[in-house]
Amino acid sequence: MTDKFEPTIIGFTCNWCSYRAADLAGTARIKYPPNVRLVRLMCSGRLDPTFVFKALSSGADGVIITGCHPGECHYLEQNYKALRRFQLMKRTLVGLGLEPGRVKLIWASAAEGAKFASEINTFVEEIRALGPLHWGIPSDALPVSSVALEEVPA
Amino acid sequence: MTQHGETNPKSEERIGVYVCHCGTNIAGVVDVQGVAEWAASQLEHRGVVIGRDYKFMCSSLGQELIEKDIKELGLTRVVVAACSPHLHEATFRTACKNAGLNPYLCELVSIREQVSWVHTDKAMATAKSKAMISGGVERVIRHAPLEPLRVPIHPDTMVVGGGIAGIQSALEIADAGYHVYLVEREPSIGGHMAQFDKTFPTLDCSACILTPKMVQVGTHPNITMLTWSEVEKVDGFVGNFTVTVRKKARKIIEELCTGCGICQEKCPKKVIDDVYEAGLGYRKAVYTPFPQAVPKYPVMDVPNCTYFEKGTCKACEKFCPTNAIDFKQQDEILTLQVGAIVLATGYDLFDARRVTNYGYGRLPNVFTSLEFERLSNAAGPTNGNIVLRDGKTTPKSVGIVHCVGSRDRNFNNYCSVICCMQGLKFAHLVHERTGAIVYNFYIDMRTAYKAYDEFYQRVLEEGTLFVRGKVAEITDVARRPDEDGHLIVQVEDTLASKQRRIPVDMVILSTGLQPRYDAKETAKRFGLSCSADGWFIEKHPKLDPISTMTEGIYIAGCVQGPKDIPSSVAQGAAAAARVLGKIQQREISIEPVRASVNQDQCSGCRICNNLCPYNAISFVEDRAVSQVNAALCQGCGTCVAACPAGAISGTAFSNAQILAQIEGLMMLNLEEPVTA
Repeated sequence: MTDKFEPTIIGFTCNWCSYRAADLAGTARIKYPPNVRLVRLMCSGRLDPTFVFKALSSGADGVIITGCHPGECHYLEQNYKALRRFQLMKRTLVGLGLEPGRVKLIWASAAEGAKFASEINTFVEEIRALGPLHWGIPSDALPVSSVALEEVPA
Repeated sequence: MTQHGETNPKSEERIGVYVCHCGTNIAGVVDVQGVAEWAASQLEHRGVVIGRDYKFMCSSLGQELIEKDIKELGLTRVVVAACSPHLHEATFRTACKNAGLNPYLCELVSIREQVSWVHTDKAMATAKSKAMISGGVERVIRHAPLEPLRVPIHPDTMVVGGGIAGIQSALEIADAGYHVYLVEREPSIGGHMAQFDKTFPTLDCSACILTPKMVQVGTHPNITMLTWSEVEKVDGFVGNFTVTVRKKARKIIEELCTGCGICQEKCPKKVIDDVYEAGLGYRKAVYTPFPQAVPKYPVMDVPNCTYFEKGTCKACEKFCPTNAIDFKQQDEILTLQVGAIVLATGYDLFDARRVTNYGYGRLPNVFTSLEFERLSNAAGPTNGNIVLRDGKTTPKSVGIVHCVGSRDRNFNNYCSVICCMQGLKFAHLVHERTGAIVYNFYIDMRTAYKAYDEFYQRVLEEGTLFVRGKVAEITDVARRPDEDGHLIVQVEDTLASKQRRIPVDMVILSTGLQPRYDAKETAKRFGLSCSADGWFIEKHPKLDPISTMTEGIYIAGCVQGPKDIPSSVAQGAAAAARVLGKIQQREISIEPVRASVNQDQCSGCRICNNLCPYNAISFVEDRAVSQVNAALCQGCGTCVAACPAGAISGTAFSNAQILAQIEGLMMLNLEEPVTA
């Protein structure tokens, strides 16, 4: 294994689009880094923000949420709800002193195996650049958060 | 919501972990034996009692292995690390069921599609497989035994699209004794095939083989034809679709119309027919697209009708012997109940104008394939005389260009399948009817399928000239005196390694097929997805090209991808067989993925009420709690995620299951030393 930081990423996929995009990436043998581990949900609308925080608190360095393109949801419009929750989650992350870039939402249809793989590629590099999340390290050993309280969006 | 402390109690379950080699598909990258051994030893405290690897887990021997273990070791949970659950979940669930274990106590971990096929680093792939199995084990511990839901199947079927694929499908279902609604947006069924003159490779007259089928549809007691109609909305699910269809106003009272055609004769307004005649001929403002149209009733083209334009005329009404003209007729909205839907909405012709260097639309004697079909059709605008755009001159030399818009990275990457044979057919027809010199410009000659290559040989023997090379340009700018007044085809003859300029009188572009201009909207309306090219995605490219991801909706013909008439007919019939199979079951099992509200925990906040796209959640006023109607719920889980009290749970995708899976996935970090 290399000396490079190998982040661990949890990916949430929709049963109808992005999970099938992952299947298609497989069938087409499109390579992407092994840092991502996928969880299948029926819909991106099923994504409880708790899942994201659970992943980050269990040691994941980043979370990627994937759903159907806007307007193409298998359940009509639930990906919009995922989008709404995602915006809220990002605020919460900032409030917790985390980089909002650790959680990302992308759209991938069942036909977009190549897109799915390239999004994973990009995200792994983004998280590699952000570095590991220091869970489990005593709080006094962590650098003082650089975000002033006033700057935290309400 | 599951709390931290309780996610990892010592498991009471007896779990079997099965790791598949899939030949070398998985074993080539993942140390499958090591993974199975690791699961048995390292996950023992999580309840794993056996870890096995096997060459092909999905084979009957592999399944027997699992069944035997369930019986002999008393397994209560099964984890299979193999391919995508979309492929073999049903297989392993059945195996569990056969051994007396509830099929929903089985979990598939996709280490082929998600690991071995996409990763190359063996150590990391093996580590990831272990993490995924650990996630699967944690998840399966929290699985609950479930029973599939049984829903009745409505015996009626809707076929959308009245081309040859849709016609075949409708006839098969109707002949089996079930009712079919055939929806077609044009005034007549028949589709593209009705426009052709001859069909390759046998050169049967297209109308001669198609029209009897159209008549059969028109007179079949089990078929309700809804022509000049479009599907507006689809609700419901397999077995129980509610489809809203707009029956556009024909301005003709069908019950009174005899199809005598006097209205068309008397109508003073001539309109260029862009659809059926491909812009080469005229029709009236009240018209049937072609004489053999089914149904026989004409439609009124409101935007072009003199009466609607100027307020006077009504010639058709004056002369109609049965008073069947009704200028006030409005669109009708029909709500139909069906159990299954077959989509056979076909294709559009590639727009040859996009290949600007071929000059279609600018150079009058460049024709598209559909224009040539009409030109060569005995019932077409020229009565089957192959002539130039001036309508009288017979060409002395004709160039046929293959792969227009297909196999071209500027337009469509795919092969349109039919264009080679179409080009050969054109060559034969030109040769036969005009005696002209015919050149075929091709990249590769693709004459697969029965009797196709023989047809190619026949056309070769007839003296058609073949030039292998992609045409660079078609121009009317002459460089040499012998090119004057001709179209010049500039092409690299790749077999002779020479640039050639070939003067011809007429060029026919063997234009490719492309998805309908509104395929995306149609896909959305029916809850399907399109490939990157825009063709509808089938459930499995090889093993299930008929079904879609949405159960109860099938695809047939070119809507799935370019294909010839025999394949479209075969697929139409296959879709019908699927529909009939469903109807005859009377009832169908569907996945028990549903949300339910724990009424003791519900605080009645009503956050979930507006989230459901199917209006499955209602509020019980007297008890001040929400409840889910299981018949309407589709199992997306959005309400589960939204409930602040954690009172809603989703079967098969509960919070406990997913949180445990995340924890399991995180048990192994990639940076930790790999033990395998």
